Amino acid sequence: MSDTPTTLKSKTPQAHRPVTTESPGFRVALIAAVIIFLALLLFAPLVAVFAEALSKGAIEAIKSLANPEATSAIKLTLIVAAVAVPLNAVFGIAAAWFITKYDFRGKALLITLIDLPFSVSPVVAGLCLVLTFGANTAIGGWMVAQAYPIVFALPSIILASMFVTFPFVARELIPVMIEQGRAEEEAALTLGASGWRIFFTVTLPNIRWALLYGVLLCNARAMGEFGAVAVVSGKIRGQTATMPITIEMLYNEYLSVAAFSLAAVLALLALLTLTLKTLLEWRFADQLAAAHRP
Amino acid sequence: MQIEIDQISKEFGATAALHPVSLSIPSGALVALLGPSGSGKTTLLRILGGLEFPTAGRVLFDATDATNLTVQDRRAGFVFQSYALFRHMTVFENIAYGLRARPSAQRPAKAEIARRVTKLLELIQLPDIGARYPSQLSGGQRQRVALARALAIEPRMLLLDEPFGALDARVRKELRAGLREIHDTTGLTTVFVTHDQDEAMELADLVVVMSMGRIEQIGRPQDIRARPATAFVKEFLAV
Repeated sequence: MSDTPTTLKSKTPQAHRPVTTESPGFRVALIAAVIIFLALLLFAPLVAVFAEALSKGAIEAIKSLANPEATSAIKLTLIVAAVAVPLNAVFGIAAAWFITKYDFRGKALLITLIDLPFSVSPVVAGLCLVLTFGANTAIGGWMVAQAYPIVFALPSIILASMFVTFPFVARELIPVMIEQGRAEEEAALTLGASGWRIFFTVTLPNIRWALLYGVLLCNARAMGEFGAVAVVSGKIRGQTATMPITIEMLYNEYLSVAAFSLAAVLALLALLTLTLKTLLEWRFADQLAAAHRP
Repeated sequence: MQIEIDQISKEFGATAALHPVSLSIPSGALVALLGPSGSGKTTLLRILGGLEFPTAGRVLFDATDATNLTVQDRRAGFVFQSYALFRHMTVFENIAYGLRARPSAQRPAKAEIARRVTKLLELIQLPDIGARYPSQLSGGQRQRVALARALAIEPRMLLLDEPFGALDARVRKELRAGLREIHDTTGLTTVFVTHDQDEAMELADLVVVMSMGRIEQIGRPQDIRARPATAFVKEFLAV
């Protein structure tokens, strides 16, 4: 047997390419696939919404938004978000704090419970609320007697939105707080700080970015929630119809300019949240970098 | 301050981290708790600092029972293993934290806080880093800032958990001398945890060798070296 060098001829070595990098062709294909996917699923529908809203001119679109039905829907959605988001931020922080700073039995179960709204269909969630707080239940009946009905009124819409958006803040915070551990809080304790002081000077600054993400996501979802709200609100025009509900009703009545104008406003609110997030990231980039564990 | 540990034990669920241990630390001593991981040395340190409470037993500071004293009231300067500096605060703010956290009646004025922080920065020989963030410091600098932060509260004792663990050999040697110096200038009763026998023997007045939640031997470094009390100590020192 004679192994001549020619039989050992290997492939040409690609000295300039790191081992973890794909070939240029494959890279281009991957990037193209992502761009096409995004264009079809994200950009095209977004453009279509605005195009449809403005199909009869900007004046018509604005006129349809000035309609009392539309203004009431916008107002209602903003009220719901203004109540549900802060409450969920507080509950989310409390839940994340409890889960990450203490050891107790049933922790895994609690984490699963927090995730429940993600896995339960919003329609089912809405039905559960009706069954719990409806006029023919003890609590619901009593509230109706006090002239503050829960179901088919503002409280149930807020409850439904809160239920659906509950996990966002807690889910954002839990991994961050686990990663950060308890050492800084313990250090603050040994330096004589009280619990509240530690929360405001150590914990909150450390989680503020995750909290902001959570709150923004929670806000976007609270404003856009349809299924659960559709069940509990009773869809009373000008009273309990939020923006998504109103959009659906207008669309079903073939009032496409009105429907898409309102849809465009909802989309704009979402884009605004994203812009806000990006601006904050850009403005505080140095702090973000400094905050990372060295 | 004199520290008396009287029959302290600690259980985490079903596992015993500390079997009843007793230890008397004279005022102003520099003591090393030496042992392999899992020997209960960090648990003992955290009990002294008030970060854990013992299952049974008492801790006495200057002959006063301190077992149930809250961590805030103990005034123990604690240096954590990974330093636990507040990463969103500058070095200045880190060191000033303990002074600013005091109730308003005992809080020094702003200028006084600044004066004390400057003095501490000089003590740790890093006078110019007040405006930097922890992420912009080297490991050795971080350790010294953590030490300054612990000293800022005018502690009654200094507790250090593996203070040199995360540093390379050269820096470690340097900082050992630094800690000895700070101990000698402040005269604080100091307890540090280490698994490195050279560190313990070189730095401490009194070495406490621990294993499996028990104290194997207490003594001056040269005495422990000369007369290991148990088979474990002999073997541990031989490595």
